[in-house]
Amino acid sequence: MGSQGGFYQSKEFLDLVKSIGEARSKAEEDRIVLGEIDTLKRRISEPDIPKRKMKEYIIRLVYVEMLGHDASFGYIHAVKMTHDDSLLVKRTGYLAVTLFLNEDHDLIILIVNTIQKDLKSDNYLVVCAALNAVCKLINEETIPAVLPQVVELLAHPKEAVRKKAIMALHRFYQKSPSSVSHLVSNFRKRLCDNDPGVMGATLCPLFDLITIDVNSYKDLVISFVSILKQVAERRLPKAYDYHQMPAPFIQIKLLKILALLGSGDKQASENMYTVVGDIFRKCDSSSNIGNAVLYECICCVSSIYPNPKLLESAADAISRFLKSDSHNLKYMGIDALGRLIKISPEIAEQHQLAVIDCLEDPDDTLKRKTFELLYKMTKSTNVEVIVDRMIDYMISINDNHFKTEIASRCVELAEQFAPSNQWFIQTMNKVFEHAGDLVNIKVAHNLMRLIAEGFGEDDDTADSQLRSSAVDSYLHILGEPKLPSVFLQVICWVLGEYGTADGKYSASFITGKLCDVAEAYSNDETVKAYAVTALMKIYAFEIAAGSKVDMLPECQSLMEEFLASHSTDLQQRAYELQAVIGLDAHAVESIMPSDASCEDIEVDKALSFLNGYIQDSIEKGAQPYIPESERSGMLNISKFRNQDHHEASSHGLRFEAYELPKQTVQSRIPPASLASTELVPVPEPMYARESYPTTTVSSASSDAGSTELKLRLDGVQKKWGRQTHSPATSTSSTTSQKTVNGITQVDGSNTSNSRTRETYESRKQQVEITPEKQKLAASLFGGSSKTEKKPATGHKISKSSSYMVEKSHVPKSSMEIASEKKAPIQQPPDLLDFGEPTIQSNAPSIDPFKELEGLLEPTTEVASAKNHSSTAAATKSPDIMGLYTDTPAGIHNKDDSDILSGLSNPPVTHMLDGTTRTQVAQSSKGPNLKDSLQKDALVRQMGVTPSSPNPILFKDLLG
Amino acid sequence: MIKAVMVMNTQGKTRLAKFYEYLPVEKQQELIRGVFAVLCSRAENVSNFIDAESIFGLDSRLVYKHFATLYFVFVFDSSENELAVLDLIQVFVETLDRCFKNVCELDVVFNYSKVHTILDVMIFGGQVVETSSSEIMKAVEEISKLEAASNSIALIPKSASGWRSR
Repeated sequence: MGSQGGFYQSKEFLDLVKSIGEARSKAEEDRIVLGEIDTLKRRISEPDIPKRKMKEYIIRLVYVEMLGHDASFGYIHAVKMTHDDSLLVKRTGYLAVTLFLNEDHDLIILIVNTIQKDLKSDNYLVVCAALNAVCKLINEETIPAVLPQVVELLAHPKEAVRKKAIMALHRFYQKSPSSVSHLVSNFRKRLCDNDPGVMGATLCPLFDLITIDVNSYKDLVISFVSILKQVAERRLPKAYDYHQMPAPFIQIKLLKILALLGSGDKQASENMYTVVGDIFRKCDSSSNIGNAVLYECICCVSSIYPNPKLLESAADAISRFLKSDSHNLKYMGIDALGRLIKISPEIAEQHQLAVIDCLEDPDDTLKRKTFELLYKMTKSTNVEVIVDRMIDYMISINDNHFKTEIASRCVELAEQFAPSNQWFIQTMNKVFEHAGDLVNIKVAHNLMRLIAEGFGEDDDTADSQLRSSAVDSYLHILGEPKLPSVFLQVICWVLGEYGTADGKYSASFITGKLCDVAEAYSNDETVKAYAVTALMKIYAFEIAAGSKVDMLPECQSLMEEFLASHSTDLQQRAYELQAVIGLDAHAVESIMPSDASCEDIEVDKALSFLNGYIQDSIEKGAQPYIPESERSGMLNISKFRNQDHHEASSHGLRFEAYELPKQTVQSRIPPASLASTELVPVPEPMYARESYPTTTVSSASSDAGSTELKLRLDGVQKKWGRQTHSPATSTSSTTSQKTVNGITQVDGSNTSNSRTRETYESRKQQVEITPEKQKLAASLFGGSSKTEKKPATGHKISKSSSYMVEKSHVPKSSMEIASEKKAPIQQPPDLLDFGEPTIQSNAPSIDPFKELEGLLEPTTEVASAKNHSSTAAATKSPDIMGLYTDTPAGIHNKDDSDILSGLSNPPVTHMLDGTTRTQVAQSSKGPNLKDSLQKDALVRQMGVTPSSPNPILFKDLLG
Repeated sequence: MIKAVMVMNTQGKTRLAKFYEYLPVEKQQELIRGVFAVLCSRAENVSNFIDAESIFGLDSRLVYKHFATLYFVFVFDSSENELAVLDLIQVFVETLDRCFKNVCELDVVFNYSKVHTILDVMIFGGQVVETSSSEIMKAVEEISKLEAASNSIALIPKSASGWRSR
């Protein structure tokens, strides 16, 4: 142990580290550390500690804090150490403060001065230490204090200092771009630094700057390209070589920058082609760092304006990555593939087996990356398989963060590509069942809206089928224990709206189920509220249909419970339910119409339904209502009032309620003022009610001039300290009472009327359309927002594809029968699609093939549907093999064996290999191409435009 | 940029933790624990990359490498290349090895501030500034030489080779 001591540790520190190392539990460790903290607290505040001792204490403090304990009592000592003259002590002080403090800490103010001084030091190490602290501890406010010195240091003779000064400037830029915006040109200048290290460091800030604003750096393309060229040609000092690669980290940074600059810019990209091509050739793919550069090249190639030759090199590199045994390289390969398929979708298909291998891999990171790739290449043809896989995986993991992500992706894909309504509902059910509490509540609302609005524009039967199937599945799912709250809300809502709609289930059955839900999840108020509202709807529909409503006993007891609930929301709902049940059929039908959740509710803002009542009142002598805008002379006042209101809200001490009652008292004293009542809006209903009795009598006869009234009001205003037209001495505020009289009445009817409306609106609000939802809906029902990425969105497409799938069902089943006859040993019908039963029976472990086949299924089926050959199995095999032959390059016969030999089961491989070859021959002659052309025509007829010019629909699977 | 560098042993004891964005101590500990929990669950022969978004928030990846009893962990965002960071860890460890001759866990524990010095030469404010092991060594040696010279009371051997031989 003695030899490990090195440096400046004392025996004590060694013992501390040792005892912590030997601690058997966290509690024991904590005890030791707390003891240490006590010791340090005592020692550190002793006077006249030798510097060396002090330094060790600080190091021990850092150590203690690293173990997660509070060392703030010693911060001030660390700050003091930065003032020290000795370099060693000073550096330790800086190290400690950068680890201890953040830029907003109170002690920073004590350090800024020291930093300023140290930045001017002759000793470059002092400067470096200060720059380190600058990076970590200077905030927006203190930047100006050190900025001049830092800028000066950009020209420091030591490259290490220049490098750090550049980075410090970059840090300032990150913290507050405006404070250093005039110094940005310095980054460009430093790019030409003599020292390659400084140049390399400058690339970091430039990368950030270019990310923010590409266009102002286009002029640097040539410089970057020439630097990269020089680096690749080994013009840099040997010291920058790493594992025989010339300055690979600089190359990577440069490639990243070029990728940004060349994105969507043909001219800039053309400058890069040569050098990137060179690097592709020169890269040593046997070392890790070589592959890192290769990967960066692929990223660059997939980002800049496409060049066929480079894309080819990139594809080669990817296939090398994917074939590698290293998980790291596979990971990078999958990632790179995800980037490249955006440009050349066809390259994915040669790697499908590798992709499936990665999906099956025990390495979680790799699996996730592969799911990301699958997500990127989902089409309407493969959505079922991919989403099923995703859901299976989602169920298997515990990581909530990733679960949420996968769930939302499933939802997204399902909404975009759902081949059928049935499938969509089932998928959503699965997602909700297993990750219900993790998905966004909007997803649930969206699902409800979808079920309510239906898929088809005019196809009512399809919609009602959708709803019945939803109801069926929900009733089934309700049997499961412990469903997520969000899912239950959806279930309750759907059961309420459509539970009895198709007549399959009786109202008492549905209400029974709803009561069960409310009882089983009795601590979830939201679910209970949904359940009560659903019950109300069911009963309302029953009443509207004219049948007699018998409330189930459990429902009655539930209602009794809710009527006394602590939740006002539940209480209100329960009372509403009670009230609705008491109404007659006609009334119920108008407040609770069946399947009207998507109807627009017209709000009668003019309150025209009150016309009769008003007419009556006017006939009886009431004053007609004068709209505020038409009241002569009222405009200014109302303006003032508005201002006053603003004022009040800003000052916070002016409350109308305090002022007005005073006036009522006044007004009540002189009864004479009663004569001058008028219609004037008064915002205080309380006050109005108070004075109501005194005013009503005279209200009818009052026709006092509005000027008078105005004056009075001015008086009121003045009380508020606001200067108005003329001072009025009037005492009366009865004026306003009258108005209030009229207004409160209107208000009253207004609210009572909106009561019923509100219930609707609140229901409606639950499925309110937010922008996100609209976007989702748009992608679901046509106008897709993601067209370029996923051209196959939209309702029509999913319809057509579901049609195709349906169509293909018949031949599939017949084919299954056929092949079953051929190979009775074979149990799972899925595998039979292979067409060569012997292989499967020999090789039960070739899972990847099953997977592949799963991915292929939809289209192969379609293809075989069109293919009227005698035995389905025979037609099937060429289709699968067609996948290999359809790839553009001629290497594929060879590639087949390569890919296949990558499989774990050698004997099977051989066999397959044999069959492959024969079948390749078959398929090249076979009707495959013609088929797919026909199918393409069919697809076009249905209004779908394939994304690629190539009509072969296998492309849609993995490309 | 690089968000954090951590070194921990296979029992989960932190040996070095450096965060390039300020985080309160409790948060740091929480993250370290989170990282260790994930590292523990990783099998042998799997990739060195972990999607760290569930621990560190959006846009964060994690690369780790296992040497003897230590995990070296770098957390960074999408502006870095995973394979390159893996090599950065390699550079870091190679430098430590040059510095301490057959570096082992105890070297890292006892020469805590030295390890920080090395890291500070390599990574500055979250950006990788030096990737050549020999350059790092040169800088570190120079620092210790000057430190020794400026510190009259220090009883330190004057060259890197003598650091451990007291």
